[in-house]
Amino acid sequence: MAINDSFWQIFSRRKSAYIGLFIIVAYVVIALFAPWIAPHDYRAQDRTSIMEAPSAEYPLGTDRVGRCLLSRIIYGARISLTVGLVAVGIGASIGLIIGSISGYMGGWVDRVVMGLVDIVWSFPTMLLAIALTAILQPGLHSVIIALGLVTWPEYARIIRSQFLAVKQKEFVEAARSVGASDFRIIRKHLLPNSIAPIIVVATLGMATAVLVEATFSYLGLGAQPPQPSWGSILSMGKDFIYHQPLMSIAPGVAIMIMVLGFNLLGDAIRDVMDPRLKK
Amino acid sequence: MTSYIIKRLLGTIPVLLVATLIVFMMLQLTPGDPVLLLAGERATPERIERITADWGLDQPAYMQYFSFLGRIVQGDFGISITRNRPVMDLVKMSLPITLELSLAALFISMIIGIPAGIISAVRHGSIVDQAALFGSLLGVSIPSFWFGILLMLAFAVRMQILPTSGYGTLAQVVLPAIALGTAGAALISRVMRSSMLEVMQQDYIRTARAKGLSERIVIYKHGLRNALLPVITIMGLSLGWLIAGSVALEMVFARPGMGQLLVRGILMRDYPVVQGMLIILVLCVIIANLVADILIAMANPRIKFD
Repeated sequence: MAINDSFWQIFSRRKSAYIGLFIIVAYVVIALFAPWIAPHDYRAQDRTSIMEAPSAEYPLGTDRVGRCLLSRIIYGARISLTVGLVAVGIGASIGLIIGSISGYMGGWVDRVVMGLVDIVWSFPTMLLAIALTAILQPGLHSVIIALGLVTWPEYARIIRSQFLAVKQKEFVEAARSVGASDFRIIRKHLLPNSIAPIIVVATLGMATAVLVEATFSYLGLGAQPPQPSWGSILSMGKDFIYHQPLMSIAPGVAIMIMVLGFNLLGDAIRDVMDPRLKK
Repeated sequence: MTSYIIKRLLGTIPVLLVATLIVFMMLQLTPGDPVLLLAGERATPERIERITADWGLDQPAYMQYFSFLGRIVQGDFGISITRNRPVMDLVKMSLPITLELSLAALFISMIIGIPAGIISAVRHGSIVDQAALFGSLLGVSIPSFWFGILLMLAFAVRMQILPTSGYGTLAQVVLPAIALGTAGAALISRVMRSSMLEVMQQDYIRTARAKGLSERIVIYKHGLRNALLPVITIMGLSLGWLIAGSVALEMVFARPGMGQLLVRGILMRDYPVVQGMLIILVLCVIIANLVADILIAMANPRIKFD
């Protein structure tokens, strides 16, 4: 099903879709305007106020080296969103290309690709991502690449099955009979029909990517100091759980709300597209 | 049945080959001399020579892979650089710690997820159903390691009724198991709910109702039995997922399990440990899924085994 008027009609009746959308837009605004919203620079160390309780100057208090916790959390939205977008972009692009080739060519190409998809899928995602991070060395770039390499099969499988379903349709026959090239048929006729399910997987994939980035950065495999990833802040917070409990709470709330936003939106779009599940 | 099990076992071979290949490639792709990655940067010349010979590192890459395979089949993952002990010894010590947490978390996710899913389906559309659905959405949206930190903050730091770390006693596994199991419960309750909803629309349920059986018997005897089947599959998947997820919780609660060894190994560039832990963890996940598949095949007479 392509995105059309009826999609927006059903979509606009769902409250959870709006809540999800609102959350995500709010985070995007926070991330884009972080320098203006944050009271301090996320790297600025105030040696006179280390591990301080919340105050007017530092609304959420300060960390071990006197950095403003609120500012670091605000800047952290940039990391989560960037990692999510790039990782989903990589995963979707690889999946789109491989799935298109597989679905369009069929035959042995298709069998080989689907075998590969099955193998990647039988791996526990988390362990495969950890293994790839170990190869690429810890860092945000590794988390992004690992996420892309782990998530592409889902996109490939969708795009392929859409291709198989649409391939037999008359408008594709018609396009071919007037001499459209294979590439043109894929671009003009097959891809637009596959966009909607891809959007669902990509939205839910953003939620997963944000969770994985936070977890990896907590473990020290993702963001490296002084990057203000929410996972890294939690990691430092745990060392001071007795003295500065806010550092263990606030970044987690930020993660939870962002992930919830993507999940709400993704679920809502999926329900709209798959009326079977709505009952 | 036997042929189904054999077929399913053979199906795991490509996955295992790819897993070992990725772990093997780790040494080739990581910047630096593979010998030094395995022996440690301060290794003596004798040790370097021995490891080169043992692992066949002076041979072409494909031969190296075969000798690597041959060694891990015998349970030889080399010697930890930072701990100076065979990796297999570390596996033997840490595997039970990881399995204890994963199984405890599976138990938690079942005792929350299955009843929640049943109630949700039976009271379909009610406030209870809505609450359960939102609860499961929240469950998959909270990073389990952070939930663990929150539990630690509440029950170990503030109330001081449970320990913050360690392993061995029941009290020490409670908090990480709840933290990890909550996300699993979210998954299981969703599957249980949709499976139960589907079953309750079947003809045999209508027949049971038409016979005049009480709603209780219809739901629990006729409905639940059939609705549980997909839950068995998802339990196997969940166990695999929980084993992988225990990595972060072992770091939070300082449990010296395989996940902790794996992460520390990566950070300290202790490659033999990283390789060993990854292979054993993947093996555990594959076995969990395999057992679930076989269980469901045995439980469901409609599956043909040939």
